Amino acid sequence: MALHAGGPDTYQGGHHGDRRPFRQRLADASAPYLYSAPALILIVTVMLVPLILGISYAFRDIQLLNPFSGGFIGLEHFKTLSQDQNFYRAFRNTLWWTGASVSLQFVFGLILALLLDKPFWGRAIVQALVFLPWAVPSFLAGLNWAWLFNPVVGPLPHWLFAMGIMAEPTNILSDPQLAMWGPIIANVWWGIPFFAITLLAALQAIPRDLYEAASIDGAGPVRRFLSITLPFLAPTIAITVLLRTVWVSNFADLIIVMTNGGPADRTQIVASYIFTQAFKRLDFGYASAIALVLLGLLIVYSMLIVVLRQWLLNKD
Amino acid sequence: MTAKRIFGILAHRLAILGYLVFALFPLYWLVKVSVTPNKLLYSEGVRLWPSRMSLEHFAFVLKHSDFPIFFKNSLIVSGSTAIIVTVFASTAGYALSRFNFRGKYWIVALMLLTQMFPLVMLVAPIFKILSPLGLTNSLTGLVIVYTAFNVPFATFLMQSFFDGIPKDLEEAAMIDGATQFVAFRQIILPLTLPGIAATLGFVFTAAWSELLFSLMLISGNQAATFPVGLLSFVSKFSVDFGQMMAAGVMALVPACLFFLLIQRYLVQGLTAGAVKG
Repeated sequence: MALHAGGPDTYQGGHHGDRRPFRQRLADASAPYLYSAPALILIVTVMLVPLILGISYAFRDIQLLNPFSGGFIGLEHFKTLSQDQNFYRAFRNTLWWTGASVSLQFVFGLILALLLDKPFWGRAIVQALVFLPWAVPSFLAGLNWAWLFNPVVGPLPHWLFAMGIMAEPTNILSDPQLAMWGPIIANVWWGIPFFAITLLAALQAIPRDLYEAASIDGAGPVRRFLSITLPFLAPTIAITVLLRTVWVSNFADLIIVMTNGGPADRTQIVASYIFTQAFKRLDFGYASAIALVLLGLLIVYSMLIVVLRQWLLNKD
Repeated sequence: MTAKRIFGILAHRLAILGYLVFALFPLYWLVKVSVTPNKLLYSEGVRLWPSRMSLEHFAFVLKHSDFPIFFKNSLIVSGSTAIIVTVFASTAGYALSRFNFRGKYWIVALMLLTQMFPLVMLVAPIFKILSPLGLTNSLTGLVIVYTAFNVPFATFLMQSFFDGIPKDLEEAAMIDGATQFVAFRQIILPLTLPGIAATLGFVFTAAWSELLFSLMLISGNQAATFPVGLLSFVSKFSVDFGQMMAAGVMALVPACLFFLLIQRYLVQGLTAGAVKG
């Protein structure tokens, strides 16, 4: 029997190696679990347990600096939340921040992917350089753009002033009407590579002879783009845009670094509002309640996507 | 060549140039201000290159500030996170790639779930859990948290690399009497070395950039990572632009180095972690 140990049968996962001893079969069946155990234990203890704990906080009064807090208060936080004008503003800001960032990132990313899809001299270097912003740490991207918008060291206000777009060279980050554009522009700069990289990969998977055949049939570049490129890209576009929407709506780094939600909460999004409640006010209960609402909204959004996908699939 | 074609090529090159300028200008400005002496910073305003260069800001930051400590802390945290994640992710990725087992569906579902919910939800509970364990204000605490956050994405990435290696190789080794683990360690892992390097690079960059949890978990200067140190420096000395940007350049260098390392694998990395930055 010992001859079987480590034999080729072990590879089968232990379902039809019935002649092998029980211990051997047990070892084989548990192998995949042993391989994934370290990762799983870590995910469960550091992500799943805190997630569940966080959900329970939403119904408790937990303030870090108040030793008498900790009791269950039912839906109290949600009642406060429904009256919280700052939350509603943060929610509207989130829609604006996510919508503007994702659509601009997508459009400019798609154009960049199309430009890079054509062979030209020095393409490899150009590609590495235009994708570089993706590697810049988000806190540094935020600081860097905050400095560019700062009239003391940054050129942007002076250029905008010289072009007559601004009445005087001021910092748009301190202008309540315009402040949100600061983080959005930084986010677009930072996020274009993500769309360009994924879309470029999808573009390069399109069979080239399709384009040749279409040209022979007399299709112009616009017609080729609409009839070949877009349909081929559609699944990639749908998936990246939908996933990116969720990711960007939760992405608070740039806002926290550049404006910290100000001026007058004009750039506060829900994610940065949660962080501010937890980090500045140390009100973990209320922060968790907002987080739970955000989670609910994201689940609704994901469900809508699933339903939409089903509907599109059934239509064909 | 018709005039129309020449015009097309010209427009293409101009558009590329536009993207290059947009992508690189902010970084160029960062470097430019970091080498501009203080005296010229205000008098020369928005000149594209200062009339005199100096490394005084870098010298100051290296000698008289805590940035070397922050840099070292960030290096320790990101380096250990990258190594631990890569070890865990390669075994887990191997399991997902090579075995068919009952729990597989649930493991994949769990890992996808962790990629979908807002991590900011965990800021408060993780602080509450780590605080009594003495893991707040400690690099170990940060490594544990970052490792967990990056394992799911790295697992999918490693799985995609293992999927690219034919199964016959281990089968042949096992016929020769090796156990599967020996085959995995001695045959499969060496073949995935480029993939392992890419995973190390992705995780290092992610840990190097993380901001919210390090802000929440770290308070003193001794355990501060680069983002925390830089932000507190910015709020304290908000007029020393030259020094801030010199520190910024220091934060940029490792990120750029690792970017070069993983450049070839960007597509695989971004699709494996589709929701990750």
